[in-house]
Amino acid sequence: MFVKKVKPAPLANEGLIPQERDLFCDAAPQEYAPANKVVEDFWNWARAQSLWILGFGTGCGAIELRPLMTSRFDMYRYGIQPRPTPRQSSVFVIGGYASVKTLKRIVRSYEQMMGPKFVVALGSCTINGGMYWDSYNTIKRIDQYIPVDVYIAGCMPRPEALLAGFQELKKIIRAGRAEGQNVYAKNFEWYKENQKKVIKDWNMPDYNW
Amino acid sequence: MNELATELTRRYGARDWRDQRKDLSSVVVDALRIRDVLAWLKDSGGYRHLSFASAVDNIERNAFTLVYTLRNHDLGHSLMVHCDIDRSNPTVDSIHLLWGQAWTYQREMKEWFGIDFPGSPRVDEEFVLEGWQGPPMMRRDFDSRKYSDETYAERPGRVTSDPATHMKSKMYPEAVP
Amino acid sequence: MEPSLLARIGYAFLSLFVITNYGLLLIGSMARISAKVQGRVGQPVYQPYLDIIKSSAKRNSIGHGVMFYLGPVFRLAGGVGTYMFIPAVFGSVMFRNFSDSGDLLLVMYFIFFGQLGMALGAGEGGHPYSALGVSRGLAQMTAFEVPFALSIIAVVIQYKTLDITAIVAAQQGGFLNWTVATNPLAVVAALIAFLGMSMHNPFSVVIAPQEIPIGPPTEYQSNLLGMLQTNRAIFNGAKLVLYMNLFFGGATNIVVMVIKTFLIYFINVFVGQAFPRLRTDQSIRFFLGVPTLIGIASVIIAAI
Repeated sequence: MFVKKVKPAPLANEGLIPQERDLFCDAAPQEYAPANKVVEDFWNWARAQSLWILGFGTGCGAIELRPLMTSRFDMYRYGIQPRPTPRQSSVFVIGGYASVKTLKRIVRSYEQMMGPKFVVALGSCTINGGMYWDSYNTIKRIDQYIPVDVYIAGCMPRPEALLAGFQELKKIIRAGRAEGQNVYAKNFEWYKENQKKVIKDWNMPDYNW
Repeated sequence: MNELATELTRRYGARDWRDQRKDLSSVVVDALRIRDVLAWLKDSGGYRHLSFASAVDNIERNAFTLVYTLRNHDLGHSLMVHCDIDRSNPTVDSIHLLWGQAWTYQREMKEWFGIDFPGSPRVDEEFVLEGWQGPPMMRRDFDSRKYSDETYAERPGRVTSDPATHMKSKMYPEAVP
Repeated sequence: MEPSLLARIGYAFLSLFVITNYGLLLIGSMARISAKVQGRVGQPVYQPYLDIIKSSAKRNSIGHGVMFYLGPVFRLAGGVGTYMFIPAVFGSVMFRNFSDSGDLLLVMYFIFFGQLGMALGAGEGGHPYSALGVSRGLAQMTAFEVPFALSIIAVVIQYKTLDITAIVAAQQGGFLNWTVATNPLAVVAALIAFLGMSMHNPFSVVIAPQEIPIGPPTEYQSNLLGMLQTNRAIFNGAKLVLYMNLFFGGATNIVVMVIKTFLIYFINVFVGQAFPRLRTDQSIRFFLGVPTLIGIASVIIAAI
């Protein structure tokens, strides 16, 4: 792959017991430069045509994903398929509110995803806290913790709105502006600091590769 | 139901029997006798099923009111047993040996109100929240909004379209702070 | 005139290219047909190509050691090896592959070899669901190999040869010469084993997405997943061509091959859409029951 030559700083992996420290990744994520224009356009076209979403329903938005798989709204014709493991999926759909407990799993799943990865945030809870704006347990801005590509407003957005959001995501991918992985790697310290401020019992590696 | 009320008063000093609906009544007992009352109701009174167990924060009289809702399936009648415990030192007998599901409710009350049930299985483990370091969050002196404003970053530019606020600012502009 | 070795290698690549594209289009068109049956539009027919291109376009991948990389390599080797020793089109120089260098037993070995290599690689991945899927897959494979092997033995006894080309040659000359007409019990046992091989319902517990995330390929991503997806097409095509050759009279040109393999695959899809999933122990008990008896009966009848 096209890897930059800069070696990133080693991680603290604070939450782990000493015996486990060397089992996990000891380097922060790195940025991957895109290929030259023609090849990257072709890759982006293929990535936009084949979006595999992670089958992890993080909040109420997951209920709007299920009608998409059925015959009426049919997301398969857009090349969107649900995959059960983060290793094989490229789109993470944050469905609505994210409690602190879920945020830990969101971060862990997001970091395990491969390659150019995209995040679609549904609902107003991801934008400014939505109807849980004064709750002690839900976060108010998901893009403080992971980079987001497309927001779909609503409470919950209907399946048609989701399909429109996926079309917007395809446009963004084709234009080459969906570089969430590189944004995350570049601002890794900032994201990690935000995550650790909220997730108080950090018992996982600093970077779950 | 009057026989049940008089029997409870005679045996355990229950008071304030109130019929809320045809199938729902409530009674108040002392916290010290709560295990005996529930055991008697379960074994001899026919109220075999523990439907729900929770607590109410009565901060005005400095007490938590524990509510145990029992159900008699033969008569189709539910009975809520209330007992008050001291809010500054909330401890009460555990009833996990009477009903198998009681330990879940008690664990929940421990996390949310801080009420201790000595002997209840796994009552000190965190239940719904992970890594919670604040006060028990269902107490009425816990300000959820203040905690949320302090802990979670907010996106600027939030406006409210609440009609009452809007009309108030239009009609009485000098009164809005 | 016998072509040179270089020409034969070139023809083998061409034939592999044809079967890969055919397999990918087969997967795509079957998905589209199932979608139409369910009343929706469905993914485009060329979607498997896009999936493979996307998998290859991933920018990073995770490795778990050498065996982890070798798993898909073994699987692909199994798929290619299966195909290389089967004559795709009878009597054609271009699509003869290397069928005179290996016989039926070698092909059966390659079918098993791919799954074993995948098992080793998936176990190396360290994911508990991979190991679970692998144990289920191998258990099921051991079970369906029994009726499959019995029906192969029956066919071999009937035609008195292990060479696939000779078996195809003996079936030429009309429908009544096909194995399905002369030895129907063997065909029935082999088709039931085929359901187990292609891991469609009711035997899809190995890759059950609702139970264990995808089973053996759980930890595989990026390029490795692209390899597995390509192999799925080649392996499917190879098995279909093998079945066509052994039981349905082979093919004398490409068009007949495409039609026959498409129809054989339909059997899978029909049964798959109609049945729910069996547990591993239920499917093992099933395979070692009636299909094995049918296989034994076909061997006895062929031997008499």
